[in-house]
Amino acid sequence: MSMRVPCPHCGLRSIEEWVHGEIPTVPDTIVDPDRRDVDRGYMHTNVHGAVREAWFHLSGCRRWVTLWRDTRTDEWIEPPG
Amino acid sequence: MNEHPEAEITLRWNEPEASYDVVIVGGGGHGLSTAYHLATRHDITRVLVLDAGYIGGGNSGRNTTVIRANYGIPEAVRFYQHSLERYRRLEEETGRSMMHDRKGLLWMAHSEAGVRRERARAAVNQAFGAETVYLEPDEIATTCPEIDLACGGGFPAVMGASFHQGATARHDRVVWALAEGAMRCGVHVAPHTAVTGLIHEHGRIVGVETPAGRVAAGTVVSAVGGNATLLADMAGVRLPIKTHPLQAFVTNRYQRRFDPIVASGDLGFYVSQTARGQMLLGAEIDRQPSYSRGSTYELLASLSHRAITVLPFMRNLRVLRQWTGSCDMSPDYSPIMGDTGVDGFLVTTGWGTWGFKAIPAGGECMAEHIATGVAPELMAPFSLDRFERDRTLADRGSSGTH
Ligand SMILES: Cc1cc2nc3c(=O)[nH]c(=O)nc-3n(C[C@H](O)[C@H](O)[C@H](O)COP(=O)(O)OP(=O)(O)OC[C@H]3O[C@@H](n4cnc5c(N)ncnc54)[C@H](O)[C@@H]3O)c2cc1C
Repeated sequence: MSMRVPCPHCGLRSIEEWVHGEIPTVPDTIVDPDRRDVDRGYMHTNVHGAVREAWFHLSGCRRWVTLWRDTRTDEWIEPPG
Repeated sequence: MNEHPEAEITLRWNEPEASYDVVIVGGGGHGLSTAYHLATRHDITRVLVLDAGYIGGGNSGRNTTVIRANYGIPEAVRFYQHSLERYRRLEEETGRSMMHDRKGLLWMAHSEAGVRRERARAAVNQAFGAETVYLEPDEIATTCPEIDLACGGGFPAVMGASFHQGATARHDRVVWALAEGAMRCGVHVAPHTAVTGLIHEHGRIVGVETPAGRVAAGTVVSAVGGNATLLADMAGVRLPIKTHPLQAFVTNRYQRRFDPIVASGDLGFYVSQTARGQMLLGAEIDRQPSYSRGSTYELLASLSHRAITVLPFMRNLRVLRQWTGSCDMSPDYSPIMGDTGVDGFLVTTGWGTWGFKAIPAGGECMAEHIATGVAPELMAPFSLDRFERDRTLADRGSSGTH
């Protein structure tokens, strides 16, 4: 299998050209400000399924793009809903 | 050497009963070692180990089996050195061969940052009981003549460190021997039984749900490797874990004996020879967090290049198999063991790309913690609450690969 990232500007390009950027999320159920701070710094939702991510095409167009991926299969997917 | 060592071990799996003192979710090395030590050290035998798949089918059966203690912080050096010593005695203790092979480990540095890292690590190792020795380039050449010190001319190795006690063992045999040893004392082990939910009662976890029914438990231990977050979600516990794929591959046989395990931190790769003479290669994790166990052409190509740069003879070998595991990566590259803030629910996780060597000590510590209610000294620094206390144990330079 080849792992390639779909760039809206350059087309499908090898993952080695990219920097992965996560978008941290803190669940709404955590309300205490200190706990939210710890969660933001350390804890992960570690999504099993559809996740929204930022990718930087370092060895290409040098632009950030937002993509959705299914972390169970590494397939690129349409934004849910 | 026994060509068919599997034949000696007898494993008869169990059907889960209605209730146990301890239910361990995950039949990898850590879950089984915890069960083994509960039974053999603390006489706690009303124990069930459950696995969603076959026993040892997770990372414990997919890793490159490097056992070493040359870590970068005192807490880790002590812990892994203890585990290494326990590994050495485990064959005798269980009466089962694990093909434990002490071959030494050679770690090269090619950059100033690499040299600083190896110098610091050698100092910490010597201070806390792991025998790491500093090597000049000519000593690297004597230790492993196959290495091209110039690395093709582009990225020469400038120094190395040698950890003589570095070893490998056969992963399946470790898993099976621990399972057999635990079952001999009355522990139950049930493969193909996934935990799909946890039972909550008055803020406590009191059992697990499986497709085959509920099982009540005094204590539930999560030892589920890359699925740590999925189990913790069921308990309402937030973990600092990200799941990343880690790939490896083996080549066909190299005709000569290739002795040390060779690693390069700067190149992010390591290699050792298996008992069959094949060359076994590993690298760092894939960059995207993922539960996929797909192997990629990108890793195969880039890791092959790195290997040939250091060991030109590998140019003539062929790749036989490539595979992938799901690693439970912690933010500080150190493990997480013990209480979670939810009564009755313990975790052993954050084993990432480095937890095979920790199987004896990890299980021993978890068992003592369960039996006594107190985290033993060796494991106490690795608690989950270290993150909220800002007492992280940063050790990426030592744990980034194997
Ligand atoms: C390619 C690769 C190379 C590595 N190389 C090294 C190395 O050289 N040295 C080293 O020290 N470490 C290495 N590691 C890391 C090491 O393999 C792991 O840290 C270690 O095996 C973890 O053991 P474990 O018991 O925690 O997890 P696992 O062995 O992954 O076991 C977890 C088990 O839990 C089960 N499970 C998951 N979810 C559920 C559920 N809901 N219900 C029931 N069961 C469930 C899974 O089926 C699995 O069998 C490597 C890892 C990989 C992938």
